[in-house]
Amino acid sequence: MCLAIPMRLEERDEFSGRVSLDGVSRQISLMLFPEAEVGQWLLVHAGYAISAIDEQQAEETLALLSEYAGEMMEL
Amino acid sequence: MKIPERILLAHGAGGRLSHELIEGVFLPAFSNPELESLDDAAILPELPPGRLAMTTDGHVVDPPTYPGGDLGSLSVNGTVNDLVMVGADPLYLSWALILEEGLEGEKLRQHVESARRAAEEAGVTIVAGDTKTVPRGRGDGIYAVSAGIGVVPEGRRVSDRRIEAGDAILLTGTAADHGATIMALRHGLEGPGLHSDCAPLNHLIGELWKGGIDIHAMHDPTRGGIATTCNEAASRSSLRFLLSAQAIPIAPGVYAVCEILGLDELYLASEGRALIFLPGNQSEAALEILHAHPQGRDAASIGVVLPAEAGHAPVELETLSGSLRPLDMLSGMDLPRIC
Amino acid sequence: MRTRDPFSDSEAVRGLAREIAREAEELEARLTIMEVCGSHTHAIARAGLRSLLPEKIRLISGPGCPVCVTPVDWLDHAIALVERGDVILSSFGDLMRVPSSRRTLEEIRSEGAPVEILYSPRDALKLARSRPEKKIVFLAVGFETTAPTIAAALVEAEAEGLENFLILPGNKTMPEPMRLIAGDPEIAVDAFLLPGHVSVITGSDAFEFLARDYGLPGIVAGFAPTDVLRAVLEIIAQGKHGEAKIVNAYGRVVTREGNQAARKILDEVFVASPARWRGLGEIPASGLDLRPELAHRNAALLPVELPEPIEPPGCRCGEVLKGMIDPPECPLFGAPCIPERPVGACMVSSEGSCAAWYRHERWRNMESGR
Repeated sequence: MCLAIPMRLEERDEFSGRVSLDGVSRQISLMLFPEAEVGQWLLVHAGYAISAIDEQQAEETLALLSEYAGEMMEL
Repeated sequence: MKIPERILLAHGAGGRLSHELIEGVFLPAFSNPELESLDDAAILPELPPGRLAMTTDGHVVDPPTYPGGDLGSLSVNGTVNDLVMVGADPLYLSWALILEEGLEGEKLRQHVESARRAAEEAGVTIVAGDTKTVPRGRGDGIYAVSAGIGVVPEGRRVSDRRIEAGDAILLTGTAADHGATIMALRHGLEGPGLHSDCAPLNHLIGELWKGGIDIHAMHDPTRGGIATTCNEAASRSSLRFLLSAQAIPIAPGVYAVCEILGLDELYLASEGRALIFLPGNQSEAALEILHAHPQGRDAASIGVVLPAEAGHAPVELETLSGSLRPLDMLSGMDLPRIC
Repeated sequence: MRTRDPFSDSEAVRGLAREIAREAEELEARLTIMEVCGSHTHAIARAGLRSLLPEKIRLISGPGCPVCVTPVDWLDHAIALVERGDVILSSFGDLMRVPSSRRTLEEIRSEGAPVEILYSPRDALKLARSRPEKKIVFLAVGFETTAPTIAAALVEAEAEGLENFLILPGNKTMPEPMRLIAGDPEIAVDAFLLPGHVSVITGSDAFEFLARDYGLPGIVAGFAPTDVLRAVLEIIAQGKHGEAKIVNAYGRVVTREGNQAARKILDEVFVASPARWRGLGEIPASGLDLRPELAHRNAALLPVELPEPIEPPGCRCGEVLKGMIDPPECPLFGAPCIPERPVGACMVSSEGSCAAWYRHERWRNMESGR
């Protein structure tokens, strides 16, 4: 279960916001992740933001992957 | 003659209202001597030499209007492309509509207008037509049925039986634009990059014929997408197709729609692309010709044909991570997935 | 061209696969790793990861596909609701082809029954607003990731006074069936690949019991190929050192405590209840039922006539879901049970074990390519 995709928050009001990925956008609910900030990458599941992508953690993982790939990797 | 505000059942009954519709909407759009005779059938001028090709296609699409096209253009281009895919030069089409009572006349006019434009762009003539109506609630706004004839000139032999090991597989543009656009629209997604690729293929493919390319086989990957189309061709040719995920051109917006809705881009329809099987040593020449045409800018070689091999599916994809994934036929409809 | 996801990078995938092959050589016995998330099943099959792993690593699929574990009579109930005449069913696409005792949702829709496929429970609210004369029943399936989205839609409907939005409760929670599997001596699972997006909500701490009570390693993993391979590598490392720890390898979205706002809404709307799982039977406290104060939103309380449930004879979905057999060991696999005409639920969803196996693995063991 549980297809969830990172999408960027473009604008928001109290309970909902517009997220986009590669220029494709959709209205979603922020009820499950009210602290979302515009510009943040959110994890979106079934029309709801459920988390934000922690960029520092993502960078750390990529640094680790760079060792296996033998090349520098970045977001 | 004016356009009716809404379609009534009587518009399909053959009486005065039917005539008004023909004279007010259809004749002005598709003026040509064959149609204007208004006889029971069109009598065509003598055809160019070659074998006659004929096809027919029914068209339903929900929603009927979308960025990059509508049912009108889809029903013309679909039939034109079916003819092109067997090596024919498309010439004449018939076009019949089934309208639901209550359809807005203006919407009808728009579909007719885009069918007219599509026919003009493809250089085909619509020589026969018909309109029927169904009571409100018994249809979905508008359906179209088109048939077409074309001529396959001497020397062109296009058939899956000609596909052989060593052939290259070309795709004439980005994959899945039409299918992804429709799915996006149904599920509240939008974006400037999302529009149907619906287009006639005769001019683009005509350039390849002019350039002396020996096309072995061709398909437009409509329903079921590239994966299903390749499976059909692979089973008819008894060979193995190996596609490369890296090489398949996909518009970023289309990829995003697939990620969000849990769809696989290799199973979504294109309405203006061709998969072309040709000798591997002609691949570069063909790509050069395609790239020079506005419709073929994103054309790419996306795979190769190999002899059938034990332990391998007829169609396989080399994934981005370098592993091999069997590509099956589409089973059932492709439904958005959240799980 | 295709957007590049750095977590799917082919060089990193190859590098990790090489490292896994090296490390696995030192393993004394074969390691069986169970994933309990349908998206992992799907991701592993889609990226062809099994073909990159050495013999010593066996990946099996547990009860992680929510539509696969949805029992036959729950679907019978959904179909009975639509037969009332005043109900429009709304559902995720995943459920459409799941067999009930008699027919699928796809089949009843083709006969004219109103069944809408939606991307979000919120779209069902829209539907409810536009069709005030009908009851819009959302078919509530899914684990901890999805349940809060349905809870949030219910809260929104309550606040708005949107009376015609109901759900048929069918959501389930992950830890209890995992306890069952971890504690079953017949099932030989050495480690769990923990569900990344369930963990976003529950937090990785929710799975500590696996290490503490059963001595089993569990790695919270994401869904990109490198995420799964990194988890496998960590499991091998623990296996070599005889360790059993819960490790969060999906730190970019998962925390230890999970999503508090979502958990609060879940608590406001749902209460843990016994639930039946296809193939596993009834498991205490593994389901989410509506709280009594939301009874007016509970479509299960509407009067309907239910048929006697008929389980497909010969179907071994239960053993497949527990990882006791591989799909081809079921006598129905491939004939007559295929994705176009599924007999058991595991053949339905693209993330069901049998369907994933049918699509992606069946060629590997065949004599000829066709």
